[in-house]
Amino acid sequence: MMISLAKIRTLLNWKMGALIAALLTISAVSVASSEPESNSGRVPKPKIEIEKGDKCVEDEDFMRRNHMKLLMHKRDETMHKGIRTKKYSLQNCIECHASKKNNSVLGSNENFCQSCHSYAAVKIDCFECHASKPKVQPSAGFFHPIVPPATPGVAATDKESHGLSYSMRQQMRSNVNEQNNAGVTR
Amino acid sequence: MSCANKSRREFLGTTAVATASLAVAPGVMLIDMAHGRAPEEAASSSVRWGMLVDTNKCDSGCTDCVTACNTENGLSGDTSETGSQWIRKVELKDMRTGKATSLPMMCQHCAEPPCVDVCPTGASFKRADGIVLVDKHICIGCRYCVMACPYKARSFIHEALADQNPDVPRGKGVVESCTMCVHRVDKGQTTACAEACTKAGHDAILFGDLNDANSEISKRVSTFATKQVRADLGLNTGVRYQGI
Ligand code: SF4
Ligand code: SF4
Repeated sequence: MMISLAKIRTLLNWKMGALIAALLTISAVSVASSEPESNSGRVPKPKIEIEKGDKCVEDEDFMRRNHMKLLMHKRDETMHKGIRTKKYSLQNCIECHASKKNNSVLGSNENFCQSCHSYAAVKIDCFECHASKPKVQPSAGFFHPIVPPATPGVAATDKESHGLSYSMRQQMRSNVNEQNNAGVTR
Repeated sequence: MSCANKSRREFLGTTAVATASLAVAPGVMLIDMAHGRAPEEAASSSVRWGMLVDTNKCDSGCTDCVTACNTENGLSGDTSETGSQWIRKVELKDMRTGKATSLPMMCQHCAEPPCVDVCPTGASFKRADGIVLVDKHICIGCRYCVMACPYKARSFIHEALADQNPDVPRGKGVVESCTMCVHRVDKGQTTACAEACTKAGHDAILFGDLNDANSEISKRVSTFATKQVRADLGLNTGVRYQGI
């Protein structure tokens, strides 16, 4: 059966109407979400206490989506091959993101890990075994432990920004020297 | 400049640097090669970590190694059914001669570990450098390995834990045992028990690379008669004893 031109026109109009309505809703939401106070919109947002973290090991967007993949990869590398680079290591995440209030990434819905996970109702079980507190108390410095403060005018090389290899080796060397001096034979 | 050219240049550059530092500080380089591994480098089978216990030097009243292990790994040290302990002092007595021997026993880090053979999930595994570990991410707590280990080295974590040492993750529902202080060894350090024993002046535990002919442990093993506990099982243990 043929549809009359008039009918098509009304159909189109209805569709256009719906589209316009949808666009309006989207813009209303985006207006709401661009407001500074996160909970003033209709959708509540997690309140995350970020202590350090002016610069993470990867972009924020990437980390939000992929931190679990990075951790999973890292955990297998460390456990089975003994690769203990600091980048992507859970210990390092905690060192940077532990709250200054309770020295932990857990404890309240503002703590770094717990805030998002309880918001998204995703259970975290890492901390049933792993410490949620850093080994060393967070220092007063505000720099990411593996992102060295940038020297103005000097571009950080890949080696400087990622590899702790040099300082780790220094550390290793001093450990070995210490033990040698203490008469530890190995 | 092409990519191939660039990487070749970089390669030449790093080689030059490496050679230079070798020439400048040969001692430092040697220490690094002998004991340390860069953090990004995987454990390799060219190394076989092991320990040698000289029972003649082990004092029967001393539990310094046990205490050090408990502290290092955050173990309760209590010997109740749910307590945790990775190393124990074992007292032996020869009934004919009356000779008493005291020695520390921990996971023997077998080259042919029965715990790994029976593990249904692959959680029990032997690292390339001979350290036998439990991957607690994979362990389902079935405790087959506990049954299979001839040294009673493995135990189960019965209760929820808190405040673990960040270097030694431990949690309820999985099996654990001596890790040969893998977190320290990977940093080029010795094990906590060996360190404590040396500090106390006994020097009964020696940690080192059994594959390195120049290491102290290899020299001792090749000079003196040493024993594996239950050598008849053919497990080729990484922990050896002298004087039993
Ligand atoms: S001593 Fe027991 S736990 Fe250790 S490797 Fe041998 S069988 Fe496995
Ligand atoms: S090597 Fe480490 S984990 Fe094993 S018994 Fe000694 S201190 Fe304990």
